[in-house]
Amino acid sequence: MISQLTVFLENEEGRLASAVRTIADANINMQALFLADTSDFGILRIFCDTPQKACDALTESGFRARLIDVVCVRVDNKPGELANLMDYLNDNNINVEYAHCFISGDYAFDVLKVNDASLDVKLAAAGFDVCKPEDVYVTD
Amino acid sequence: MFYQPELETMPREELEKLQLDRLKKLVKRVYERIPFYKESFDKAGVKPEDIQSLEDLQKFPFTTKQDLRDAYPFKMFAVGRDEVARIHCSSGTTGTATVVGYTKNDLDVWGDCFARFLYAADCDENAAIQVAYGYGLFTGGLGAHQGGENAGCTVLPMSTGNTKRQARLMHDFEVDCLCCTPSYALNIADVAIEMGYNPAEEFKVHAGILGAEPCSEAMRKDIETKLGIQVFDIYGLSEVMGPGVACECEKQNGLHVCEDHFLVEVVDPRTLQPVPDGEWGEVVFTTLSKECSPLIRYRTRDISRIITGECECGRTFRRMDRIAGRTDDMMIIRGVNVFPSQIEEEIVSFPEIAAQYQIILTTKGTLDHVELLVETVPDFPFDEVRRLEQLKKDLQKALKDNLQVAVDVKIVEPKTIERSEGKAVRIVDLREGLH
Ligand SMILES: [Zn+2]
Repeated sequence: MISQLTVFLENEEGRLASAVRTIADANINMQALFLADTSDFGILRIFCDTPQKACDALTESGFRARLIDVVCVRVDNKPGELANLMDYLNDNNINVEYAHCFISGDYAFDVLKVNDASLDVKLAAAGFDVCKPEDVYVTD
Repeated sequence: MFYQPELETMPREELEKLQLDRLKKLVKRVYERIPFYKESFDKAGVKPEDIQSLEDLQKFPFTTKQDLRDAYPFKMFAVGRDEVARIHCSSGTTGTATVVGYTKNDLDVWGDCFARFLYAADCDENAAIQVAYGYGLFTGGLGAHQGGENAGCTVLPMSTGNTKRQARLMHDFEVDCLCCTPSYALNIADVAIEMGYNPAEEFKVHAGILGAEPCSEAMRKDIETKLGIQVFDIYGLSEVMGPGVACECEKQNGLHVCEDHFLVEVVDPRTLQPVPDGEWGEVVFTTLSKECSPLIRYRTRDISRIITGECECGRTFRRMDRIAGRTDDMMIIRGVNVFPSQIEEEIVSFPEIAAQYQIILTTKGTLDHVELLVETVPDFPFDEVRRLEQLKKDLQKALKDNLQVAVDVKIVEPKTIERSEGKAVRIVDLREGLH
């Protein structure tokens, strides 16, 4: 499992900028950022270095922020890799709450939010390259 | 169990005769003895002789809190200083204090009113009561104390504070009934549990006569479960007397007003016209037997209603509902009266939602639109959109079901709802044509 920084945002001008600025001011580098939004609020999901420090900085600035455990699988940056992973989950009846992918270096990183705390072990046993936190970001 | 069965179960007809008799004497007395009332009756063109029936009281002017402040300190007293046995004072956060005096007889009547509800809670001379209201100018402590003495109970004059000791003595002295504010009762329960007691099982206490501040249904259940007691909601403001003006009986379905001593009316706070029984409005009291500080049609600013029908307990005194709020806070939304306390009640029933909230009223087209801003508690798993949407939907449904008004719930960031040291701004009214 790795830590994803999740921030609750109101759909209000400047909130995203302000959240990102808070992380920048703490001198923390981000690997990836995703924004899920509805008509009245947004959920910002971030992968960054020292996630606990980033979370504290946001909370201090008045944001509702918390760290969420997610599974991250490293795959080759080539066609079909994500589909293989999804097939595995589907075949094993594992329900995915949400997923996102980003590319870093020569690899693609597939992030999964599932309600199964043992999924990383199962994936590793099935031969997938499950990331440790230090594979993705500088830990704190 | 009845303390004064001949009065508490008096047939209505007889009770109304007693009320009218007392009302006639009261109006005459205040007209003769209190210059404020002479002036106010003269201005309204009414005379004491105009009281021929209880309904005639409606022709008489109201008394407000401001009138009492203006009379500071003793201009509202109807007896000489030699007859004043005690003085209580309500502080309030604004303006000067309102002063209320009691003759020896006034104190005795007050004690009797409170004692009626100790009996309703099954407490007579065999019972021990713990008074954990503050003693002093505030009416809670001494009011409950006198009630306990009149009922013949063993009275433990604890006052507030030293909560561990409150819990220990409640256990060691085998207290039967606790008298304090609901928040303090909960505090005592929590401290007792922290000390390692299981009060619901190990304490003899079976009743709590709690008042002087609002108590949500959730809080009441919490107190009842933790202490293993039945909670009796008691009402009374110091201007009118103190705790004991009205209180719940063992049926917990409305507060019986001590109608032999107090006439209760419910009026529309906008038009000041009486509303039919069962409808919400501002509660107005006339004190029928107070000697020192009598009041004619005192506007309490508390919102309640008369509960129609007879109570199964056998008391003939009519019941008022638990206080739903203050007139200062009442909102009229699409013609429906709504109180912040009703919204609060729904919010506390959702543990996922923090206590802070704000109501924003706007006009959409020609209709009132209500937006309720709430925050989730810090550990709510807001990472999942689905959970947030569901929470919002559930709260909206609960509000619609209980208030009969559609409310648009918006989950906001913690900084959005202003926190202030004193009173938070709970209602922002931006509707057109209201100001
Ligand atoms: Zn009853």
